[in-house]
Amino acid sequence: MLAMNYRGPYRVRAVQKAEPEIEHPGDAIVRVTRSCICGSDLHLYHGLVPDTRVGMTFGHEFTGIVEQVGPSVQNLKKGDHVLVPFNIFCGSCYFCQKELYSNCHNTNPSATAVGGIFGYSHTTGGYDGGQAEYVRVPMADVGPTVIPADIDVDDAVLLTDAYPTGYQAAEMGGIEQGDTVVVFGAGPVGLFAAKSAWLLGAGRVIVVDHLEYRLEFAQRFAQCEIINFKEVADMAIHIKKMTDWLGADVCIDAVGCEAAGNFAQSLTGLKLKLQAGSATVLHWAINSVRKGGTVSIVGVYGPTFNAVPIGNAINKGLTLRMNQASVKRHLPRLIEHIQAGRIKPSEVITHRFPLEEIADAYHVFSSKLDNCIKPVLIPPTVH
Amino acid sequence: MDTRVTEKSPTYIENTDPVQRQKAHHREDLPGWGADVDPANRPAVPKERTPPRLPNVHWDQPEAQEAHVRVFHSTERPGLTPVFGTSTPPSGLSGRMRELAFRFSENDVRHWLILLAADRVNVGEGLLDDLAHGHVPNIFAEMGWRSEWRYNRAGFIKKALVAGAVVGTAVYLMRQRRKREGI
Repeated sequence: MLAMNYRGPYRVRAVQKAEPEIEHPGDAIVRVTRSCICGSDLHLYHGLVPDTRVGMTFGHEFTGIVEQVGPSVQNLKKGDHVLVPFNIFCGSCYFCQKELYSNCHNTNPSATAVGGIFGYSHTTGGYDGGQAEYVRVPMADVGPTVIPADIDVDDAVLLTDAYPTGYQAAEMGGIEQGDTVVVFGAGPVGLFAAKSAWLLGAGRVIVVDHLEYRLEFAQRFAQCEIINFKEVADMAIHIKKMTDWLGADVCIDAVGCEAAGNFAQSLTGLKLKLQAGSATVLHWAINSVRKGGTVSIVGVYGPTFNAVPIGNAINKGLTLRMNQASVKRHLPRLIEHIQAGRIKPSEVITHRFPLEEIADAYHVFSSKLDNCIKPVLIPPTVH
Repeated sequence: MDTRVTEKSPTYIENTDPVQRQKAHHREDLPGWGADVDPANRPAVPKERTPPRLPNVHWDQPEAQEAHVRVFHSTERPGLTPVFGTSTPPSGLSGRMRELAFRFSENDVRHWLILLAADRVNVGEGLLDDLAHGHVPNIFAEMGWRSEWRYNRAGFIKKALVAGAVVGTAVYLMRQRRKREGI
């Protein structure tokens, strides 16, 4: 089968490799119909995530048709068209019993801090991902969700990670009616967080980025106010001026470890690797939120440490909330929102690439070429 | 020391009414605005919920997957998980480095730094493996530079010129050095 193949930082190619097999009685084999490149895939692509091995296939956002199921699978059958949450979870461990599916303790032997994730290094379990024609889907009775007949597959593929992550970011913010919400990052997750903030009753939504085309898109897509941080001398002062000198009620970090905007953070985090990436957005979020406010973090950071103003967070009495999204618990409500016409996730898809052109797809997305917001990969088996 | 006031800052008194502030902003013009104001409509409220809303779990504990390839596990857990990935098993020097890394806990920075170093070694191993199989990797294509040419031609040319200048300067300096040393 054709599959994406990681060769090293900034180098990927499409190769022929063996089709996946059932390795556990609870597995399914899924023929991929859509897969996306996620912003967090770029951290792998840039060589920032430890234990990213040459030869691995990335991809944790995908839909597909069930081709084969293991002997224990009862709730999925051949031919089902499913969306597959990026979390691989067992459904029965201590954490799954608390609906913390992203923190499953039974699917990732390599690290205890995170559960299994498709195609996201061995630090999240060593599973090949969905940027391929076929993929092994473990714990198939609990992960995959059959796509309802009235949901478009382009909307469905964005429910596997990006939309639920944006929604959970807003939800973790504990938004109350009338709140002012600042979202750092106008990528797909930031856009979905901004859109979700309105669903949760926000009074003002402000999106911060430095790419003009993304800010213009955010303004149209999420009807929000925008800030280009390149035009701002001091983020905390700027946001306080916009909010009666109080600060925002909620700040959301939808950027993570590759944030631009602060020379010292970029130098120590990205160039010299003295911390787990650049914590610029966390710094801004803590210092821009009002006292007693909430900072919600869904941007991805590395496992070592980052320089953040934790003393300010203490003195301001902040609530810090963060996690990888537990996709499965958000799906019923988000599907209702799509069916009710409140959201249309596929509006952020700007590019479609055949899987054969995977290297171009990564480069266009990584370098923000051609006003790219969200690229989707189409495997040859779809045609 | 002169303590006379030469410039006086204006006084700013904060007295915003929190209730009025919340009421000030309504966006009922937006589709779906406030649909999930009620916590009952929020899927993750409360943030932990037992029992979970998860049908189809027909096991008390998952069956254990058989390991047919080498899989490392964190020292912060007593063994393998019942389910795991089998992509790209460890091999070569990078595999030995990863084995060493997994002697340290996730709490120990050496674990992560050795893994990152192993990743870099693995890139060299990948190149050698390509060549050993008679495949000369097309680095230009693998880095997606065709799209750089297509969408950012000016940037492409600029980067090519800078790279050419750097390589040209290096070659020139090396030749000069050889001349001086009479090689």
